[in-house]
Amino acid sequence: MDVSLANATAVERMIASRPVLTGVARADESIPGMHDHLLLHAGPPIEWGRMSGPLRGAVIGALLYEEIASDAEEAARIAASGAIEFAPCHDHAAVGPMAGVISSSMAVYVVEDLTHGHRTYSNLNEGYGKVLRYGAYSPEVLDKLRWMNEGLAPALAEGLAGSEGIDIRALLSEALHMGDEGHNRNKAGSLLFLKLLAPMVAPLALDPAEATKVLAFIGDNALSVLNPVMAACKAMADAAHGVDGSTVVTAMARNGTDFGIRVSGLADRWFTAPAQTPDGLYFAGFSSADANPDIGDSTITETAGIGAFAMAAAPAIVSFVSGTPRDAINATLEMYEITVAEHEHFTIPTLDFRGTPTGIDVRSVVELGVTPRVNTGIAHREAGVGQVGAGLVRPPLEIFEQALLAFAERYGI
Amino acid sequence: MSGLVSAVRPGAYRDSIVLMQLQVALTELPDVEDAGAVMATPENLSLLEASGLLPAPVPEAGPTDLVVVVRAATKEAGEQALDRIGTLLRRGSSGGEGGFRPHSLEAAARLTPGARFALVSVPGRYAAGVAGQALDLGLHVFLYSDNVGVDEEIRLKRHARDAGLLVMGPDCGTALIGGVGLGFANRVRRGQIGMVAASGTGLQAVASAIHELGRGVSQGIGTGGRDLSRQVGAITALQAVDILRRDPETRVIVLISKPPSPEVADRLLAAAGSTGKPVVVAFQGVGQKIINGPEIGAGSKAAGGDNTAGLHFADDLSEAARLAVTLDAGGAVDGRSAWSATRSGDGAPASGALAPYLRGLFSGGTLALETLLKLRGRLDPLHSNLGTERSVELEDPGRSRGHTVLDLGADEFTVGRPHPMIDNDLRVRRLRQEADDPDAGLIMLDVVLGYGAHPDPASELAPVIAEARRPDLAVIAIVVGTDEDPQETDAQIELLEGAGAHVHRDVSAAVSHALALLGAPRDPAAAAPAPGPPASAERPAAVPAEAASEPAGRPVALDDLTQPAAAINVGLERFAESLAAQEVEAIQLDWRPPAGGDERLLEILEKLRR
Repeated sequence: MDVSLANATAVERMIASRPVLTGVARADESIPGMHDHLLLHAGPPIEWGRMSGPLRGAVIGALLYEEIASDAEEAARIAASGAIEFAPCHDHAAVGPMAGVISSSMAVYVVEDLTHGHRTYSNLNEGYGKVLRYGAYSPEVLDKLRWMNEGLAPALAEGLAGSEGIDIRALLSEALHMGDEGHNRNKAGSLLFLKLLAPMVAPLALDPAEATKVLAFIGDNALSVLNPVMAACKAMADAAHGVDGSTVVTAMARNGTDFGIRVSGLADRWFTAPAQTPDGLYFAGFSSADANPDIGDSTITETAGIGAFAMAAAPAIVSFVSGTPRDAINATLEMYEITVAEHEHFTIPTLDFRGTPTGIDVRSVVELGVTPRVNTGIAHREAGVGQVGAGLVRPPLEIFEQALLAFAERYGI
Repeated sequence: MSGLVSAVRPGAYRDSIVLMQLQVALTELPDVEDAGAVMATPENLSLLEASGLLPAPVPEAGPTDLVVVVRAATKEAGEQALDRIGTLLRRGSSGGEGGFRPHSLEAAARLTPGARFALVSVPGRYAAGVAGQALDLGLHVFLYSDNVGVDEEIRLKRHARDAGLLVMGPDCGTALIGGVGLGFANRVRRGQIGMVAASGTGLQAVASAIHELGRGVSQGIGTGGRDLSRQVGAITALQAVDILRRDPETRVIVLISKPPSPEVADRLLAAAGSTGKPVVVAFQGVGQKIINGPEIGAGSKAAGGDNTAGLHFADDLSEAARLAVTLDAGGAVDGRSAWSATRSGDGAPASGALAPYLRGLFSGGTLALETLLKLRGRLDPLHSNLGTERSVELEDPGRSRGHTVLDLGADEFTVGRPHPMIDNDLRVRRLRQEADDPDAGLIMLDVVLGYGAHPDPASELAPVIAEARRPDLAVIAIVVGTDEDPQETDAQIELLEGAGAHVHRDVSAAVSHALALLGAPRDPAAAAPAPGPPASAERPAAVPAEAASEPAGRPVALDDLTQPAAAINVGLERFAESLAAQEVEAIQLDWRPPAGGDERLLEILEKLRR
């Protein structure tokens, strides 16, 4: 069997994928298999008993939001009872940052891969402060979620419905030339997002104040575009998934307890090991003792060839991960060693417009002992405190070794 | 009282050279007597045990765990040394200036498209794999690593020959490519003498002598010590002879090897003899006996009957240099020229009252063997660790017996420790050990200078020599180097002489002096040549012409051997530093054992690569 050929096929599909944000819809009306008693979460599968603080908080918040529970204690009891089904977002064509909890009535972005026809989903970004994705579930958190569902989502949905959608791949190509890497830094991309949304949303607004609130909410949040970007990366990764004989990684995700990967030629099997604590800078008053182990589906960006893999494009944020712009370039150079191809559409000016390193090859990771770099936010280990820093993390090497062994078994090597 | 303390760092892989540097740094700390830092493979743990550094209980650690052991005068001093491990390791990890260190050869090749050579000095178990990857990338390979299987050597060399590439090695210490030294190499003027050498030190000694005699070297191609064996069949040497034949800059060819397999020597000499260029042959211990032809006198006659073309056999390395220089200069021998073979103290023996035995402490096998061959018949019995039937093999190389000639670069001394050309510690210890033996009357040692070697060996050896000398113990040093070497050869010699050593620039002079000092009987066989190995006595008189055909495979492009602009270094950082000092861009790989050395994963990767 020719693994390199299979990998080339997988990565060609990843790069050819053209994810376009076409709509915003309720989760249970769009995400396949979504139902009232199913909560999706970030990372590989996990049961309540092993969930970390931020994920538990987000589960409680979602049960309160869906009015399945009336207070936190009841929510925890229900969550522990088995009455609620938990599943990875990834198993439902979805992704969510941090805790990544999606419940049935929540609004989600719908991204369509125009090349291959499949759809992917992500929730709406809540901005900063006390937010569900860091496990907060106080009344103001739930109030904000309600407004997002009832005010923000319809406005975006209507605006997008009257448009040809927003080409996220094109938006990312541009943002990478404006200092973003698409994971930790989405400042430029979020402003591009606002620029594209404004003329869609404004003409349909019945109430100028509400339209202003919607656009300001998008514009004030430098992470607004992260969720559609993640859904777009998921579309690209899914396009590469399921290629027989391919060792390309098609999902990297963390649930706050475990780090998991999936591999194109190994169907929907997860390979997991305990997630590590990111190495980075902490906000004033916090230290690594406050950090939760790595959490969130946002590593789908690195899976698709941006994020830390495009670090050379984002020298402004090197202080989070190391020090100098030279280190940013070195980070990207290192990732070329474990990837199959260079991206046709995502290019890096400082590297003479070389394409970003795309398509992690399990073989290269194991052979060189070089694991993928991940840029990430750092969550507080207790529910609801929020983000305490940002930095760099790498998945445990052993999950790639597990995957290689499974690959050998699956293909009789 | 002294005791052992140890620390285990799980999963902290470090290259052995880094660990050696750590060991050295640890032993320099106050009250530390000895230290060991190894990845905890069973072999490495047994090495610790052999050095009396295995802590009890044996630490629970595996091959991916770093074990550091310190023996110190006090437990506190030991603990304090262990506390420094992190700092010392960081100090050793250069890479500053933000330079990117790729992990894979592919990435390195992409970053340095001008690279034509890869220098490989990783542990032998991985070396063939790295060399194979380099060949696949179209790179010539300088393979310093030893412990590479002969089957792998043959496979690599055949592959290389088919691709028009060279595999210099395994166990190749030296090459001079387009005027640039690879590995351990002296700074030698460029000139018209092309060399093919199965011995790194041999190449260094002859190239240095050529330089000191006022001529220069066009190319110095290393082959590795086993290339002229029957199994390997001189694949690299034949390629090298073919290169020198075609190279318009090369006018004289020198072949250097330990005794080759007779049939291989046959082929090689046939090829060399048909180059149309004069060829000097220095096969150690074989000399002119390799051919049954006309008697070849020192430095004058040639097998071809004419003085400028054909094969000229040299008895030793210095004669090889002199012959080459003579031929290069157009025939006239200027025996001494600007270069004095003997530096100092070759006058009368001190008092004739030296203790009886000679002890040779050599940093490599070539000069040790040459010394042994010249002493043979004069000092008996001779003991050594050279594995030759021409001496009595020492049962325990750790203890000399009677007259002893030691290769301190041999595996039994260097596994897990730096090579004595890099680190003087082993020789310093052994010098002291010999000096403590009242029967030791003469210590001989070599000091090999040049790129890759210790930056200032005399500064460490001289004080010990001064300490070791006594009225009945003399020291003779053979200094191999040129006036352009980074260590400043003259200053090194001055230091050694200042310490009371007699300094010579080649083995012949050193041995004559040693024999005189020891009052050895005159050579009973001085007039008659020493017998060669049985097989070589039957060499045919004439070189069969049909054997002199082109080597099979693709010829190596001569352009590849012009001054290299860039090279990729995998392993010893010292080699990259040497290249940088010669203004060659050297990209250093951040190399780790593939798949962490896990056999099953490696097997899978190998199968998936096909």
